[in-house]
Amino acid sequence: MKRLYTASALALAVLLAVGVFVPTSPAATVGPVTDPIGVVKVNRGQPITIAYWMVVAGPDASLGIDTRRGVEIAIADKGRVAGFPVRLIGEDTGCNAEGGVTAATKLAANKAIVAAIGSNCSSEAVPGAPILWKAGIVTVSPSNTAPRLTAPDRGPDYGGYLRTAHNDSVQGRVAAQFAYNKLGVRKAATIHDGSPYAEGLANVFADVFSRLAGAGSITAREAISPTDTDMRPVLSKIAAGNPQLIYYPIFIAAGGFVTRQAKEVSGLANVKLMGADGMFSPDFWKAAGDAAKGMYHTSPDLSAAALGPEYVKFLEKHQKRYNEKPLAPFHPHAYDAAMIIFAAIEKVGKKDSAGNLYIGRKALRDALFATKGYKGLTGTLTCNQYGDCADPKIAAYQTISADPAKWNPGTDPKKVFP
Amino acid sequence: MTSIPRWRDTVRTGLLWGAGAVFTSLVGLVAALQPRQIITGVISGGHALLLVALVAAGISAARRYADAPRRAAAGALAGAIVGASVAALVLLARVVNLRAMIVGATPELFALLTLGRGSGVLPWIVLGAAGLGALGGLLTVLPRQVRSIVTTGAATLLGVGLLQEQVQLLLQSDRVARLREIVFTFDGLTPVGAGLVVALSTVLSGVWQWQQPKTKERMAALPPTRRRVLQIVGFAAGLGAILVLPLFVGPFFSQVLVLVGLYTLMGLGLNLEVGFAGLLDIGFVAFFAIGAYTVGLLTTTGPLAIAHVSWWTATMIAVVVSLISGVLFGLPILGIRGDYLAIATLGFGEIIRLLVLSDFLRPVLGGSQGVLSIPKPVLFGFEFRGPEQIFFLALGASAIIAFIAARLRDSRLGRAWMAMREDEDVAQAMGINLVNVKLLAYGIGAVFAGVSGAIFAVMVGSIFPHSFSVLVSINVLALIIVGGMGSLPGVAVGALFLVGLPELLREFSDYRFLVYGAALMAMMILRPEGLWPAPAQRRELHEEVARIPEGELVEAGAAGAEDP
Amino acid sequence: MSVNTTILPRSTWWRRVSVVDLYLWAFRLAVILVIVWGLVGTVRAARYGGDVWVDFVIFGLSQGAIYALIALGYTMVYGILRMINFAHGDIFMVGAYTAYYAARALFQRGIFNRHPLFSLAVVLAVAMVVALVTALVVERVAYRPLRRAPRLVPLISAIGASFFIEYAVRGLYGSGFQAYPEFEIFKGEWTVFGIGILRTQAVVIVSALILMTALYLFVMRTKTGTAMRSVSEDIEVAALMGINVDRIIVITFAIGGAAAGAAGVLYALVFKQVHFFMGFYPGIKAFTAAVLGGIGNIPGALLGGIALGLIESVAPILVLDGLGIVAPYQLKDVTAFIMLVMVLIFRPSGILGERLASKKA
Repeated sequence: MKRLYTASALALAVLLAVGVFVPTSPAATVGPVTDPIGVVKVNRGQPITIAYWMVVAGPDASLGIDTRRGVEIAIADKGRVAGFPVRLIGEDTGCNAEGGVTAATKLAANKAIVAAIGSNCSSEAVPGAPILWKAGIVTVSPSNTAPRLTAPDRGPDYGGYLRTAHNDSVQGRVAAQFAYNKLGVRKAATIHDGSPYAEGLANVFADVFSRLAGAGSITAREAISPTDTDMRPVLSKIAAGNPQLIYYPIFIAAGGFVTRQAKEVSGLANVKLMGADGMFSPDFWKAAGDAAKGMYHTSPDLSAAALGPEYVKFLEKHQKRYNEKPLAPFHPHAYDAAMIIFAAIEKVGKKDSAGNLYIGRKALRDALFATKGYKGLTGTLTCNQYGDCADPKIAAYQTISADPAKWNPGTDPKKVFP
Repeated sequence: MTSIPRWRDTVRTGLLWGAGAVFTSLVGLVAALQPRQIITGVISGGHALLLVALVAAGISAARRYADAPRRAAAGALAGAIVGASVAALVLLARVVNLRAMIVGATPELFALLTLGRGSGVLPWIVLGAAGLGALGGLLTVLPRQVRSIVTTGAATLLGVGLLQEQVQLLLQSDRVARLREIVFTFDGLTPVGAGLVVALSTVLSGVWQWQQPKTKERMAALPPTRRRVLQIVGFAAGLGAILVLPLFVGPFFSQVLVLVGLYTLMGLGLNLEVGFAGLLDIGFVAFFAIGAYTVGLLTTTGPLAIAHVSWWTATMIAVVVSLISGVLFGLPILGIRGDYLAIATLGFGEIIRLLVLSDFLRPVLGGSQGVLSIPKPVLFGFEFRGPEQIFFLALGASAIIAFIAARLRDSRLGRAWMAMREDEDVAQAMGINLVNVKLLAYGIGAVFAGVSGAIFAVMVGSIFPHSFSVLVSINVLALIIVGGMGSLPGVAVGALFLVGLPELLREFSDYRFLVYGAALMAMMILRPEGLWPAPAQRRELHEEVARIPEGELVEAGAAGAEDP
Repeated sequence: MSVNTTILPRSTWWRRVSVVDLYLWAFRLAVILVIVWGLVGTVRAARYGGDVWVDFVIFGLSQGAIYALIALGYTMVYGILRMINFAHGDIFMVGAYTAYYAARALFQRGIFNRHPLFSLAVVLAVAMVVALVTALVVERVAYRPLRRAPRLVPLISAIGASFFIEYAVRGLYGSGFQAYPEFEIFKGEWTVFGIGILRTQAVVIVSALILMTALYLFVMRTKTGTAMRSVSEDIEVAALMGINVDRIIVITFAIGGAAAGAAGVLYALVFKQVHFFMGFYPGIKAFTAAVLGGIGNIPGALLGGIALGLIESVAPILVLDGLGIVAPYQLKDVTAFIMLVMVLIFRPSGILGERLASKKA
């Protein structure tokens, strides 16, 4: 037995030292296209493969399902890209880092994928986007909002990452400015739920607001867990500081509880409530009930006035296909993400005499980053060198009726800024 | 011979399977499988599931009977009942608006159930169901070997059809592109491919059935030294295969294997506490987190770094830190026993998770934004860049730690743990110092988890507190029990099944947990000693578990116990 | 842990104190010190008025009452079967979720607010029946075959059942949130002794007390209750005495399930949201509450629940805030679990001790 152990231990050590398994490098010249990273070949009659990596399962599934539907409608609208049909495959990411890594790894292994759309949660994109880019797959995110992902110091690992969603540093700023300028608030409190998204937003809001209103204007910076149900103690604590506004950029479940219970805590009767895009959906009205009347949200501007008649048409298609209103606010961003990818494919894809399509990966990436003045659902998209493509229209809304059947961003909730 | 009560049992079996089919349809599993074509243009996933259910109903109903005609009849009856239940569901949906309450009752579902032809086809469906049930009944008549060949063929076909994306991933290289195009379309198998798969699997299965008894005899007849050599060669071949695996299976499967390896490491640690020492620890994820954070904070290039050391040094430090934290956790809870211990350790696990998430410790631990930019380990200039390389890290660590665990199990300390597990008071009376022994269990278990955390940190490259929830601990507990409590190979097997398989089935992610939950229950009822049990457990459990004489359970259990 | 010192002469006590004892005393001292320091800090800062403290206590009581209601079912099953019913939180969820559809139907027909007590009764009945049936099915499928297996096997089966129920509900009812219609008569406050208390909170507290009393009387006074106690005392002897053990276990699960269903409705009354995952954490909290009070002990479940609720509500503001910790409510579970460990160190079988059977003086 001992000899067996030593033999295997030795074998292991040798192989460990020798285990240099360099992944096979993709061909640099295929057909009429030469590309330093790689080339995707799509045979004639086969579809172009686009992948999604979104949160489509678990408690937060509505976010991923909503963005996936945006992509599906874009594919239906576009019909054919460079004469080829489009096939959508994808993975669930579960809104956590390992989920993002596994989904990205699985997609990265599939050489047929031309481009990816995702992710939803920033904690997935941070480890996931480099994995995809290492395999040469460019990814456009419709709903990552963490500033870090498109910061100038993000590093070359994120060279293949773009997003059509806004940057949270913009949203937090708009919220603070709206509160200070339009609502005349001078003291505010924040609540976040421990997620990177909410914490980031709350921090940006606090920074900008205290710069506007001076030191001490943020009376409390509290935090809860997303699974908490009783928010009354936290709210009582906040009430003691007498804020005029509570900013809680969290998600639907906890947000619903905070909204309802704020009305029940003494001292907060006249306090204004403000949330962010994580709660901007009819489900939130269901969760918060009448307590949501009069509260504010910041969110991408989804009113027909801002997005135009194209968006109204999109909503009709959505209703017809899925028999319900959109579940979250990022579907138009997903639509635009898909569309700019299609446009880039058409720009760089080359066909050979047999009718097969060849797409160079670096060329595709460069074409995406060069997107300028593209008129999408969410506005005019121009991608900067760090991957921010969004036309950051952030609006502030006020809830009028809180009736989920009457959900119509722009009218009810009413757009109050700009 | 009382045949009437038997028919009643058959009816009951049919009703149970019928309820199951209705439930599965309403839950949405059938509809979710529908887009997956098992054989493109021939049969889709949803229908395949129902088909399997019908045949299974037939098999399970037919078992009680002795002769072929009765078995076929019983199978037909059960199948008919299942078909009737589904038909009843369709008819009910026409009268009552089921969709108001049950989101799964979509028009697509009913189109699926009626094969797209409306309720006129329902009587034919019941007939067809009866036929399939009879088929299942007849299957039980076949001699055992033929039956296992047929089932292997069918199971392989279904498996490849369901997992065809993964199989295609394996066949990505251009050399096998032609083969791939013949066998698969984008959605499923081609008829040709299906035929190939079935043929291949049945032939292999047949050969195995035919040869197995002969090979066993020949092996037993060999002189001991020759047998030893054969065993060693087999072992080395297996080892070699594992070592070159990443090269052949690509990054995704390597990633899955790394995850399996990490859970194996944690499982080995928890196995020490629960399996050897009998200390029910549900807060185990805390040590995983501590290992990850230690390595993260010591190696990150970001602003939270405490120092900048190589991953190897950081892991050594993480080992020490884990050991100390294991001991510190163990000390307050030394006197707590049994299920109280479970909740106390759960508490500790949650405490750690909340602390690393908190704003309070954010300046040190990064709060919800986590610790980022963790560099990959480097060994003599070789960087462990991707999952294929980290696989070796995980493999090496598992090998070393499994070795340590095995030696511990056979040492005096291991015996002391097992004595403590059986009865603490008697162990103390026999002179075992409970305090030291328990603390060692916690400490060493924590070290194993800490190493796992260290590898996790570099696998992901960043650490977020959301990865350390109580569900991880529950997962580890489940996998060591499913694998076989107290058994070391069992831990790896458990990890393969409870971690590897769900990862491979990611496409059905909505229903992953449903199947996972059902599988856990089924495993415990059918095979509580686990998939690869330690010999002592198997003896214990097959004497102890009371089997209430309920038809199917007895049959299944007995059949399982007979397996070699 | 500490050694009996009555036999040996006192002067050698220091020889018999081990490192562990020292550590435990240091641990307890450290926790007490931290608590005192925090208290002092809070008192000195004096940021909150008296009525705010009263509010905190009321919140804690009502949240605690909900934990107590769920814990009752847990503790009963544990007392009889000695197993942690992991699926209990999900049984609570199933009852509440299914009753939502009944409530919605009543609401859409306008009956909901015109006959509130009738509607409440209907909703409660639906929830309790559904929860009861689910509990019985789970018992039959997942637990009965494993009655003689070692302790961990039914635990894993329970975990499997828990996942199964959660995701089955997700498949059947969808993954979104559903909002319970509100009872008009329960909106607003009552004033009791000059303290404002929300009507829903009052209802929950009163219901918890009623339910607990009913269960306690049932277990102590009726024949079935006595049978339950004897089964919990020693299952084999009870069988030998002619008690139909299977039937008793079924009854226990039924009652525990019904209690969970009632708890679900009350939860929905206060929090007004149902979701397929809503049972998981309350289940864990309820288990903590049951252990805190002494598992297997019905008054213990109530006490443990109330204690847990109070600690979660008051401790962060009382202690952590005084220590200068930012966002103290994020750490409320930390305080709860540390209190649990402290209680378990002092009294390893919970505040009121374990056992359904033994009467406490």
